[in-house]
Amino acid sequence: MNKIFGRCYSLKEIKHSYCPGCGHGIIHRLVAEVIDELDIREKTIGIAPVGCAVFAYYYWNFDVTEASHGRPPAVATGIKRCLPDKVVFTYQGDGDLAAIGTAEIIHAANRGENITTIFVNNATYGMTGGQMAPTTILGQKTATTPFGRDAKREGHPIRVCELLSSLDGACYLERVSVSNPKNVLKAKKAIKKAFENQLNNRGFSLVEVLSQCPTDWQMTPVESVKWVDEVLSKTFPLGVVKSQIKEHE
Amino acid sequence: MKSNKILMKGNIAVCEGAIAAGCDAYFGYPITPQNEIPAYMSKKMVELKRVFIQSESELAAINMVFGAAACGKRAMTSSSSPGISLKQEGISYLCGAELPCVIVNVQRGGPGLGNISGSQGDYFQSTKGGGHGDYRLIVLAPYSVKEMYDLTYLAFDLADKYRNPALILSDGIVGQMMEPVEINTDIRDKRLEIKKDWALGGCKGREPRLIRSLIMEEGGLEKHNWHLKEKYDEIKKNETRCETELVDDAEIAIVAFGISARICKSAVKKLRQQNVKVGLVRPVTLWPFPEKIISDISKKVKKFLVVEMNLGQMVEDVRLSVNGACPVEFLGKPGGGIFNEEEIIQKVKDIL
Repeated sequence: MNKIFGRCYSLKEIKHSYCPGCGHGIIHRLVAEVIDELDIREKTIGIAPVGCAVFAYYYWNFDVTEASHGRPPAVATGIKRCLPDKVVFTYQGDGDLAAIGTAEIIHAANRGENITTIFVNNATYGMTGGQMAPTTILGQKTATTPFGRDAKREGHPIRVCELLSSLDGACYLERVSVSNPKNVLKAKKAIKKAFENQLNNRGFSLVEVLSQCPTDWQMTPVESVKWVDEVLSKTFPLGVVKSQIKEHE
Repeated sequence: MKSNKILMKGNIAVCEGAIAAGCDAYFGYPITPQNEIPAYMSKKMVELKRVFIQSESELAAINMVFGAAACGKRAMTSSSSPGISLKQEGISYLCGAELPCVIVNVQRGGPGLGNISGSQGDYFQSTKGGGHGDYRLIVLAPYSVKEMYDLTYLAFDLADKYRNPALILSDGIVGQMMEPVEINTDIRDKRLEIKKDWALGGCKGREPRLIRSLIMEEGGLEKHNWHLKEKYDEIKKNETRCETELVDDAEIAIVAFGISARICKSAVKKLRQQNVKVGLVRPVTLWPFPEKIISDISKKVKKFLVVEMNLGQMVEDVRLSVNGACPVEFLGKPGGGIFNEEEIIQKVKDIL
């Protein structure tokens, strides 16, 4: 009998700490599947973020380090410049990448660092208890926007892919989601492309993954995926925002 | 011994020392008075096919150092006081993750933006931990251009040996002054080669590795902190460096580091010509601090005089080491001012 589905070798057999319905488990799995399929596990170095996904380093079965809040692109730059033949990726949340680490991601992208960034956008700060993120949408209630995000008071949600798209060093920027099987497959394709770009020395690639956070959104898992599809993706439209990959490549 | 004598600036000597020590990667951001370092490294490192990046900020620079160090590379950053403040978070993480690296602080006057002349106001920050948590840095205080070279070279070895960041605590005066330096070119063949069996580089043929400073397991962080303490004790035991001059018959021992010690040295010479029995204690490592040497001397001298270009920082460590055995006087000059010999000579005479 042919085995058609199994555990990824790039994921350890450890029970993870995520809440039911959280998107991190799916995104971890996608990253691991891509690394297995590209056969790069033995030369991959991951950078785990702060926040809920900080323990990603327990789940991934390859070399991993951590970075302080917002600094994974700088740590990745240090690693990749020293070891250009390795595959280096950062896994970052919206607070990490779009608030405290805005400078690092902009400059890593602008330098065209040949790294891959998986940017998980769940429109909230997960681990600290559901506070406003730079990506919190207008009207969204969080622990620190109890009246709903008001543009006059809290500013507008930041669209990271669009923000980075003006930078010449950014090669590939795509927004995906993991809200339903079809989107999960698209997300995997994008993540794979982002890693392939690095293998082909094309420079900086970022995949923004809209992810559900049922606990902090105070929704059931089913309601949360629906909210991603029906509400969140209105502010953050899915699709390729920038691609400098030539068709014939 | 192969050697050659070259006239160079202190900041350039840091670069040459680092290059000789096999510095693989430099990451930095301009700030006066250390700008010669990133400028020189931008040329030399690229020519040598090593890594140079002018980072977007000090925060990015120290975290690039984190990445390079995590790969087992010899990594360095340099800055001056306000920039070093920005690096403190990263330094705490490097210490927590036990990553070796070299950080150069060419101090300027502070607090805040202060000014751009040489100062010694960052003693507390360097030796007591400017970042969060229980940690220690190996802190080396050069007082000449030659020492900018030698101690930078040494810093890489010490950092690797103990898996701990080492800090060169210099200042704008030593950084900017020029002196002929005899560089021993043999030294580069003698650098410490340590197997870094913890470094990241892809898990080919081995188990995956993890570098982190987050330790959430029950009791895990306490254990890690005790392990760090053991390491710090080992550094204290092995690496305390201190120069003493004319202390055997001294009635007054001056304690000074860096550029202050350089000025005190000539004051001591002049005072001796006037038959004043004065000696000099110059801590080369500010951490580990030469507690025992100072404690031993406290049993022989009448008084200590601590001379530093700040409001009185190292004087606290001297008082702790003396532990009441004799009085400890202080002469300070904060805000980027520099001593002249006469001020020191006068102070010694006043307290005689």
